[in-house]
Amino acid sequence: MASKFVKALGLGAALCAGLLLAPASFAKDWKTVVIGMEGAYEPWNLTDSSGKIVGFEPDLVMDLCKRAGLECKIIAQDWDGMIPGLKAGKFDVIMDGMAITDERKKEIDFSKPYAVSPGAFLAPKDSPLTKARDAGKLVDLDKDPKGGDAAIKGVQAALKGKTLGVQVSTTHANFASQYMKDAASVKEYKTADDRDLDLKSGRIDASLDDYPVMVATASKPDASELAVVGPRFIGGAFGAGTGMGIRKSDADLTAKFDKALAEAIADGTVKKLSEKWFKVDMTPQS
Amino acid sequence: MGERLGNLAIFGFGEGGWGLALLEGAAMTVLVSAVGLIVGGIIGGLVAWSRLSGHRLAGAVGRSYAALFRGLPELLIVYFVYFGTSTLLTDIARLLGHEGFVGVPSFAAGALAVGVISGAYQAEVYRASYLAVSRGELEAAVSVGMHRWLMFRRIIFPQVMRFALPGLGNLWQVALKDSSLISVTGLAELMRVSQVGAGSTHRPFAFYLGGAALYLAMTLVTTRVFDVAEARATRGMRRAAG
Amino acid sequence: MDLDFAWRTFIRLIEALPLTLSIWLLSVVLGGLVGAGVTWMRVSGVKPLEWIARGYVLIFRGTPLLIQLFIVYYGLASLPVVRASIFWPFLRESFNCAVLSLGLCTAAYQAEIFRGALLAVPAREVEAARACGMSGLLMFRRIIFPIAMRHALPPYSTELISMVKATALVSLITLWDVMSVAMKIRNDTLVTYLPLIIAGAIYFVVNYIIGAAFLAIERHVTPHLRARPG
Repeated sequence: MASKFVKALGLGAALCAGLLLAPASFAKDWKTVVIGMEGAYEPWNLTDSSGKIVGFEPDLVMDLCKRAGLECKIIAQDWDGMIPGLKAGKFDVIMDGMAITDERKKEIDFSKPYAVSPGAFLAPKDSPLTKARDAGKLVDLDKDPKGGDAAIKGVQAALKGKTLGVQVSTTHANFASQYMKDAASVKEYKTADDRDLDLKSGRIDASLDDYPVMVATASKPDASELAVVGPRFIGGAFGAGTGMGIRKSDADLTAKFDKALAEAIADGTVKKLSEKWFKVDMTPQS
Repeated sequence: MGERLGNLAIFGFGEGGWGLALLEGAAMTVLVSAVGLIVGGIIGGLVAWSRLSGHRLAGAVGRSYAALFRGLPELLIVYFVYFGTSTLLTDIARLLGHEGFVGVPSFAAGALAVGVISGAYQAEVYRASYLAVSRGELEAAVSVGMHRWLMFRRIIFPQVMRFALPGLGNLWQVALKDSSLISVTGLAELMRVSQVGAGSTHRPFAFYLGGAALYLAMTLVTTRVFDVAEARATRGMRRAAG
Repeated sequence: MDLDFAWRTFIRLIEALPLTLSIWLLSVVLGGLVGAGVTWMRVSGVKPLEWIARGYVLIFRGTPLLIQLFIVYYGLASLPVVRASIFWPFLRESFNCAVLSLGLCTAAYQAEIFRGALLAVPAREVEAARACGMSGLLMFRRIIFPIAMRHALPPYSTELISMVKATALVSLITLWDVMSVAMKIRNDTLVTYLPLIIAGAIYFVVNYIIGAAFLAIERHVTPHLRARPG
């Protein structure tokens, strides 16, 4: 019996050894580009009942690809497999409301930002967050560190002893584990939808995610008791805008998209799409 | 996003109805489970053969395979196969000079994961079934001068499959349920569609209950098929219990 | 390979093991109690009870555990009538939902194991017991249970191992068991395989221990089936 155990472990180890090989790197003449999106992050991207991925990012990327003379294909990918999928070559671009952070820049490159999206809280209308200091105001953690600290302390006080929900591996999860760990208990969810289901049922007391995403959720007919409350944060752990994730080895692709993006911002396309999907203009001001 | 559809309309086939998506998910579930079962049949056959062969090393490899994949959580195996196959194939392709990503679609990875798990259990079913084949028949076949391939085709295979049917029917049900774990890879099978629908419409109870009902229906229908097959295959067989 | 990282990962996963094992133990016990009740209904001879028992086993063995888990965790919580009931403080916790869902599922499998074990008790033993004038409870305690228990041991050990593997699913309802900690380490550090390999090793060892323990118990209670020494 013991030898069977050892043999099984040995077989397992042999299988594992074959998988620890170096990652691949690719260089190509760009004609077709595969874009990875969740299809579950409204209004950045979502899946309609026919299975098609629609939203701000699908519209934007189709426009950018036309400008850059590329043929683009969108595939669905779960959030927690985004960066590994990009590095493995499953797709060439990540476009999923992904914030540009220094931490991520260690693994991948980013295009110039195509939107600036603060983080915001969604909670029941009677949540203590409504009375937190700076509620309803935009707080820039980079430009105003002292004000930022005060706002964060206000949120910690409002959420003391409560539960905050975030999506795994997001800047919001990082913010929560960095600042909220001691004040509130933090629950991490694979998808934003799962987290908001728990918010509606009362398992968690607040959600933290992108401002436009929270606004879209709050505007649904079945979310009448929820509202976007508390301060909104930009900078610091929240990153400096939303960009397309591209492999470091594909600097030429990044350049192509940067050029197309600059054109799209200049002629107001980004503003138009932003207002269509987010109801506000989230174009980065350069 | 329009008005709130009634609980039944959301399953319908009209605008905004998820009925078609759910049925397509169910079809995908049956497909990936069937392919997985077949893959498991091949693997299980190989493992059973290695254990019955009498070679010490082959037997050890066979026993280790079964022990390994029966001792690991199915979810872990699904993740492992899903992440591993792409990397492995890409690396192999690179060695052969191919540039770029060799994609293993979720379907293939999912079916392979189900097959790898199922194979570990199917091996035991085939091994027990083989041992249940009457020694006398095998001796008679050899004495008549049948060579090994003919003996396998005419004597061994049919009888092993007859004995294996009940066990395989059970393992088919297991494969159907294991396929729900493939949802974590993003494949649009029934569990995944239920999940997307539940999250998108904020109606988890309706969608998960509906998905469960579809799984139950699939289980009942396919179990019936196996029962019929068993009844036909074991016509005239003498057995201890009816 | 970074040995320090491997060691730290191992420690973090071991720290999550108590949660995995507590969910496992509680759900197995719950499943044993409910399963015994279902078996009792099944062999009661009362037709409606038999139908309920058969229906229970059909539903919980005929649908994936994952969907059952999501119905209990997400589905029930979305119903206003549940949220207003006395059960809500209980169902609000992920841990309780996990134990409840896993317990109800294993109950169906355990019920079938118990039923098979009862059927394996030879009729002649029961007749002999009745002929001696043994009452129901005494007969169960001295004759039926010991024989049935020995028949139940092999499939029961398989079911317990299945339940250990099933606990990995609770990673999908925000519980920090071994599986979800391994996935988190994967996502945070982008090391693709090592956390999964170490987690797999931990699960494998736990299952091996359970299997070996049951083998020892089986050997101990069936000395009459073992080969004679010498």
